Amino acid sequence: MNPRFSRRTGLTAALAGPLALAACGRHTVDPPKSVTQDQIDEAMRTPTELNFWTWVPDIEKEVALFQDAYPAISVDIVNAGQGNPHYAKLRTALRAGNGAPDVAQLEFQMIPSFVITEDLLDLGPYGAAAIGDQFVEFAWSQVSGPNGEVWAIPQDTGPMGMLYREDIFQAHGIEVPATWDDFAAAAQRLHEADPEVYLTNFAPSQGAFFAAMLWQAGADPFGGSEGPDLNVDLTSPEAEKVARYWGELSEQDLISVDADFNDQWYQALNKGKYATWIAPAWAPTFLQSAAASTSGLWRVAPLPQWEAGQAVSSNWGGSTSAVMATTRNPIAAAVFAQFINTDPQSTATMANEQFLYPPTKALLEDPAFTGQQLEFYGGQEVNGLFAEIGTTVAPDFQWAPFQDKVYADFTATVGTGVAEKTDAFAAMEAWQARIEEYAKYQGFTVRKP
Amino acid sequence: MTATTQTRNRQEGPRPSTPTARKLRRGRALAGYMFVAPFMIVFLLMFLVPLLYAAYFSLFREQLVGGNVFVGLENYTRAFGDEQLWTGIARVCLFFLIQVPIMLVAALAFALALDTGLVRLKRTTRLGIFVPYAVPGVIATLMWGFLYGPDFGPFAQLAEKIGMSAPDFLGPDLMLGSLANIVFWEFTGYNMVILFAALRSVPTEIYEAAAVDGAGQWRIAWSIKIPALKGALAVCMIFSIIGAFQLFNEPQLMQSLAPTVIDAAYTPNLYAYNLAFVGQEYNYAAAVSFVLGLVILVGSYAFMFATNRRSRR
Repeated sequence: MNPRFSRRTGLTAALAGPLALAACGRHTVDPPKSVTQDQIDEAMRTPTELNFWTWVPDIEKEVALFQDAYPAISVDIVNAGQGNPHYAKLRTALRAGNGAPDVAQLEFQMIPSFVITEDLLDLGPYGAAAIGDQFVEFAWSQVSGPNGEVWAIPQDTGPMGMLYREDIFQAHGIEVPATWDDFAAAAQRLHEADPEVYLTNFAPSQGAFFAAMLWQAGADPFGGSEGPDLNVDLTSPEAEKVARYWGELSEQDLISVDADFNDQWYQALNKGKYATWIAPAWAPTFLQSAAASTSGLWRVAPLPQWEAGQAVSSNWGGSTSAVMATTRNPIAAAVFAQFINTDPQSTATMANEQFLYPPTKALLEDPAFTGQQLEFYGGQEVNGLFAEIGTTVAPDFQWAPFQDKVYADFTATVGTGVAEKTDAFAAMEAWQARIEEYAKYQGFTVRKP
Repeated sequence: MTATTQTRNRQEGPRPSTPTARKLRRGRALAGYMFVAPFMIVFLLMFLVPLLYAAYFSLFREQLVGGNVFVGLENYTRAFGDEQLWTGIARVCLFFLIQVPIMLVAALAFALALDTGLVRLKRTTRLGIFVPYAVPGVIATLMWGFLYGPDFGPFAQLAEKIGMSAPDFLGPDLMLGSLANIVFWEFTGYNMVILFAALRSVPTEIYEAAAVDGAGQWRIAWSIKIPALKGALAVCMIFSIIGAFQLFNEPQLMQSLAPTVIDAAYTPNLYAYNLAFVGQEYNYAAAVSFVLGLVILVGSYAFMFATNRRSRR
């Protein structure tokens, strides 16, 4: 069995990873107080090569627009993987002191994880401080530091809604649930009527979904953390409410607990095992290709509420463009990050051709975007609905400075607890304990408000 | 080999060492070093240096807050008391005990059957058994992941058609067995080829002599072929020990199907990977890798020691 090189990759990676960290005095930019327009013009006329890591398909379109505007700058696009593999490589390159890109795609929840390691360049002095009002508030607050830093430029967002199968709802006389209580009642009714169908699926490894649920309920577990002082509060009454809700639905076998984004899950979506998918604004496009056989059967509604009459949503996913502190071309990189995410043509292309749900007010108020009738959703104006939902997203939700670890621990504790129908609140306590232990090990001062 | 070296020494020893001969010998020695140089350079740069660096690195602790400090053997003390690590090691031990004997017995049986010459379409059969090894492990795991699917996998569908429910291949009870089955599928052919090649090098005269003495195929297999395969089987065994303890790809890929069954520390390698790339505990990951290396070393030596002693007896 010698040539199991693949199997050794783990060990090799574990050994080689640190090797790359031979911190040979890495270069970082000393952020200037302000950058004059002359300096910017000068830099944008100087032939420069930018390296850009992203997994957005067809990003060449937006890059081409940038290069038309700034012919002296050429942009080299690298797809280093999506999500975790991308971050692992990015971290390794940043710590190695060479090989890191000038600009990289970062999901919102990863920004604090790169701020804590001082890997991001504050874009405020490069003109970004003045563009905040072009973006919806919750998106801009996610990229802003406590002292007015601008750590990244929002590219797309995912305000949460509920995608549901109108045909299944109609067949069993179920109304679109307005509150979580209605939702639980509907889950029971549907499952009794047809044991093969579940009102929804709770994916045990989808920490991002659970974070969105906490966010909507008003729990802000890491809120108020600053630098080495970390707040962790996963056992607040709001968080407990969310955990118990999903735990009880699972205990009564009213929802399924399948892992998501794998073949089994795609088939389940196609074959109507789940009557809803509680999902964000990027989900409608995703579903069109993932469950193509169900075209016309789906509709979109706002998220069920904890209190009748409320309208509160949250966010799941979405990305930004961030400039690495190691860049040799801070001005060009900062201008590039702003250009692709604010230029009207570039943002319109992203929204209408790559179907990234936009964070810019201009597009969210543009009838050409919001008025699109999607056949897959029976002609519903899905973009417009999500634009409305976007205005109800609470702007204050803070991510941990090691959010990927928080998600991994979620799967091991709460995800597994809900899936295996054990006490969901005990699982929250276990999650809290794991994070506290890890945070202390990493040198944080842990406070529990 | 010992015999030849000795003869050469005996020949060279008493010969008067003339300057030309010495020069010649030195030149020859130099040529020898030149020949191994390409390997040694790559070996040093790509293997020893990273290894030494990782060893050095495992003596530090770098925190997200607070920087880098020398901690001596603290990471190792933590590793030796780390329940997650040892649960993972126990799990791969169990995996090894279940999977490797079955795989090697099957590989041996295939090799012996092919070697009797009684199998028809010998080359096709041999190729057929070997082909799974040519399928990349990632593809193999994805394929088996689909086959194991609890709702829409073919086994589940088939079971449903005949009114039964298929076992939960991806559940906590069967997962290790399901992984063992994937590895069995991937690597039986590979081991079979090693054993088959070793069988081909047994001189046919021995079989003829055995046949003259009245031995049948079973007796030949038992008394001649299997003893002749001892060396090759030992090689297969060592590779299997290493392979089992370094189990990574299969559980890593199956994780997306059964995230609650395969946790971050399911196998020691997966644990080291997650420590480094999810938890950013690079130093501790290096220490864990070394502890795992040590366990593999001990396991391999224990096996070699046991087999050597038995053969000497």
